[in-house]
Amino acid sequence: MDRIDAIVARHADREGPLLPILHDVQAELGAVDTAAETRIAHLLNLTRAEVHGVVSFYHDFRAEADSRPVVQVCRAEACQARGIEAMMPAVAAAAGDRVRVETVYCLGLCSVGPNARIGDDLHARLDEGALTKLVERA
Amino acid sequence: MGYAKQPDFGTPEVRSDRTVTLSIDGREVTVPEGTSVMRAAAEIGGDIPKLCATDMVKSFGSCRLCLVEVEGMRGTPASCTTPVTEGMVVKTQTPRLEKLRRGVMELYISDHPLDCLTCSANNDCELQDAAADVGLRDVRYGYDGAHHLGQAPDVSNPYFLFAPDKCIVCSRCVRACDEVQGTLALTVDGRGFASKISAGTTEDDFLSSECVSCGACVQACPTSALMEKSVKEHGKPERSVVTTCAYCGVGCTFRAEMRGEQLVRMVPWKEGKANRGHSCVKGRFAWGYANHKDRITSPMIRDSIDEPWREVSWAEAISYAAGRLKDIRAEHGARALGGITSSRCTNEETFLVQKLVRGGFGSNNVDTCARVCHSPTGYGLKTTFGTSAGTQDFDSVEHSDVILVIGANPTDAHPVFASRMKRRLRQGAKLIVIDPRRIDLVRSPHIEAAHHLPLQPGTNVAVLTAMAHVIVTEGLVDAKFVQERCEVDAFEDWARFVSDESHSPERLEPVTRVPAEELRAAARLFATGGNGAIYYGLGVTEHSQGSSTVMAIANLAMATGNIGRPGVGVNPLRGQNNVQGACDMGSFPHELSGYRHISDAETRALFEQDWGVTLDAEPGLRINNMLDAACDGTFRAIYIQGEDILQSDPDTKHVAAGLEAMDCVIVHDLFLNETANYAHVFLPGSTFLEKDGTFTNAERRIQPVRRVMDPANGYEDWQVTQLLANAMGLGWDYGHPSEILAEIARLTPTFAGVTWERLCAVGSLQWPVNEANPDGAPVMHIDGFVRGKGHFVVTEYVPTDEKTGPRFPLLLTTGRILSHYNVGAQTRRTANTAWHPEDLLEMHPVDAENRGLKDGDWARLASRKGETTLRVKVTERVAPGVVYTTFHHPETQANVVTTDYSDWATNCPEYKVTAVQVAPSNGPTDWQEDYADLSERSRRISHEPAE
Repeated sequence: MDRIDAIVARHADREGPLLPILHDVQAELGAVDTAAETRIAHLLNLTRAEVHGVVSFYHDFRAEADSRPVVQVCRAEACQARGIEAMMPAVAAAAGDRVRVETVYCLGLCSVGPNARIGDDLHARLDEGALTKLVERA
Repeated sequence: MGYAKQPDFGTPEVRSDRTVTLSIDGREVTVPEGTSVMRAAAEIGGDIPKLCATDMVKSFGSCRLCLVEVEGMRGTPASCTTPVTEGMVVKTQTPRLEKLRRGVMELYISDHPLDCLTCSANNDCELQDAAADVGLRDVRYGYDGAHHLGQAPDVSNPYFLFAPDKCIVCSRCVRACDEVQGTLALTVDGRGFASKISAGTTEDDFLSSECVSCGACVQACPTSALMEKSVKEHGKPERSVVTTCAYCGVGCTFRAEMRGEQLVRMVPWKEGKANRGHSCVKGRFAWGYANHKDRITSPMIRDSIDEPWREVSWAEAISYAAGRLKDIRAEHGARALGGITSSRCTNEETFLVQKLVRGGFGSNNVDTCARVCHSPTGYGLKTTFGTSAGTQDFDSVEHSDVILVIGANPTDAHPVFASRMKRRLRQGAKLIVIDPRRIDLVRSPHIEAAHHLPLQPGTNVAVLTAMAHVIVTEGLVDAKFVQERCEVDAFEDWARFVSDESHSPERLEPVTRVPAEELRAAARLFATGGNGAIYYGLGVTEHSQGSSTVMAIANLAMATGNIGRPGVGVNPLRGQNNVQGACDMGSFPHELSGYRHISDAETRALFEQDWGVTLDAEPGLRINNMLDAACDGTFRAIYIQGEDILQSDPDTKHVAAGLEAMDCVIVHDLFLNETANYAHVFLPGSTFLEKDGTFTNAERRIQPVRRVMDPANGYEDWQVTQLLANAMGLGWDYGHPSEILAEIARLTPTFAGVTWERLCAVGSLQWPVNEANPDGAPVMHIDGFVRGKGHFVVTEYVPTDEKTGPRFPLLLTTGRILSHYNVGAQTRRTANTAWHPEDLLEMHPVDAENRGLKDGDWARLASRKGETTLRVKVTERVAPGVVYTTFHHPETQANVVTTDYSDWATNCPEYKVTAVQVAPSNGPTDWQEDYADLSERSRRISHEPAE
């Protein structure tokens, strides 16, 4: 709780401090769990429902910490048109339980799909081999 | 009267001086500027299909069903979010719109259980209506895709359930909770197809959430996703009757929705001027007491309180009661008899009880429960302004810039008004809270008091005088107002008095424990922040200086010019539904109706002529004097209507001794209450659902109460009083409360223009309703005070005699909680006990630790008067040195410990300050055990047939 209090204190003077606080909590603690939601609500004089509504709206905020590497795979229309759906079984097999594969809808590189993202790195023009290799190395 | 839904205009009413004329489907309509196209259409009887719009919340534009075509505008705008413009030409039905709406509807229905025939909203469902309106004939998507069906309902709230599979995620519930109630307990969890209404975090259900069960979400829900359990149980109502809530002094009006004689649900009436369509958990849901198994419906008598009760006929009970009263009068004189009127009963019933006492018993020994709550308000405001009532209507708060709340806890005790106040605060009004406790208004989501002055209980006068000191010495007085509207000599005396250095915040800080700088800042804010309104409750009146505090409040309002227009004023928040009315009706021993002194020969003559009796010119005894006199043997019989003085009045043991000493105690009530343990005659009462009459709320608003079912006991309460009066030989002949109201109007100048027919036609009237104010007076003292010039009163702070010391080092203050009402006779007999099953003692962690007490431990609470045991709640809501409890449960009887100290002017008891000690305990006190025995013994009812 002290860490959450410290994070909230850091952003207390901002207008609309909730999102920056949630980002920092997610980054530092790996999750925004119910206890964190409750504490943040109290400190910002919001209701638990308000904070939970925001937290649950964004997929990047997680209720439980998960230390596995993450590969985000775009499965929006353009990447579907370029065959991403057919590659998904191989991706899942490569990931197993070791890697978390997240579906996202559009990474903004529609002309060069299929695309994936690991951390802040974007990977374009992927075929099944390249994509599974990415997952294996993640 | 059949069942019809309340009209829904889709978006809230807009107030504007400018109007706009437009054409909708070829018909011209003129509406205030800013009105939505949807509402404009509804004003001329149109009904654009809609799902996410309702007029209790702002438009949202999410359901895409209310699309219209507007000439010259591209696309199909949503009518709920499109404001009208001059000359606009709108079409609400075209082939394109039909197609779009059906397409949207198909999507909704493809993920909705098609169990309409067995659904509790069947034939009362906006989704069903919308499907019919748009002509849905087919669902091309089928029902096999991803869906939300089969999810388990959340039934945790005792009164309503949430069925996620019926939910269309229009978020009307979320918005109602935000905008109307201001609790913001609901949210949409997730996004897109996974969106789901949630009452907080993933660990919350409705009961554990921040939800206060006001019912706004249930009212807002277009389907049966949020639905009253009572509708599920009984079916759809067949008729509705508008009536007034019998809980607090806000006076919400409801539609009692009925099926046969079964009340199906209470729904706030949108046209109600006190509540504006809102409600709280008590009025909305907690009406189950009316049919509780504890309800007594047969009259009962007994010769002594050691005997069991004997059920008898009404005739026998009334003749027995009258016989005993007459015998006692013959032996001991009229002044040995008295009565107590009830602030829970109607104006008409209250008027009759005082008429019976004055005209039938022959004494002025009549008092009312307002004695123990707002009698100082009557005295204080009459002295300063000339009338014993608050100055504003509730709408006034929408114009306030600075709100000062002192000794009141509106979110618990007056929740519907609190929601309106909180809405104004969210709009930016500033808040000052003067209260020993950190009440919710001090800090709760989206509300934060600019200043909280956590004073030592009992120092109200010192704090208010210190505020006046700052205002006068820093030159913040509204000199023009004072010069024009107030007695200048009295003002100058007062200004000299408060300016004295001994009244500075710094000098008083050791007494009040309020930091001087904080107090100065609060005073400056109140004096300079724009429209300043003061709201107060029993934390002001229930003190040895209750009347002084009321006058200090009035002084502050006058000095800052905050009287006589919307947004300002002095507003007592009345505890019970008809405290104002009971006071108006002449329930006090020294006053006839309309606050006219009994010693005034002219007034007395008016009543004597009308009633055909001779009235005693001497004021009678107050409740506490009656009890004292009973112990002395000079007061011997009492008729108590709808009040449980044993539990509600201070110093329980003294009350018990007084009652025990009387020869005849007649209790007229719904239940065998605590007072009835000492009674000889029990006359069953009727609930507010079983009678006609009127209640008067805290805004002086007289509102009709209507009978929706027959009295379970056979008679409305005024009829019972009439039976007793006639057995005493009075020959009354009232056929309906409207006749009593006519008598009240005839005899009371402030009620001159009030009639039952008029109230039923217009909904409500705020007294005075007379020649000068034919339609009543929402705001009083506009051009001048009722007494002429406003009168400043010097209010010297005199500490209470109740002092802490080594034996009793803590100060106890008492209050109430949202889910319960007064002695709990009603709310304890409802599912409201889910929130508050017992009285708890709030204690600061430091005090708790010093005594080895943990949260939930049993503790002995002892004062110089008595002791009781209850569980401890460790909390920083109270300051160190202060403890707090509620008085809702007879098992605790918090009033065993309160003292007989009282207000110097009105004898209003000093409930709010008792010196106590708290220690760990492992069981009930001797008093609790003895009383439990007595209570059990005294409540025995013999069912042997009467001879």
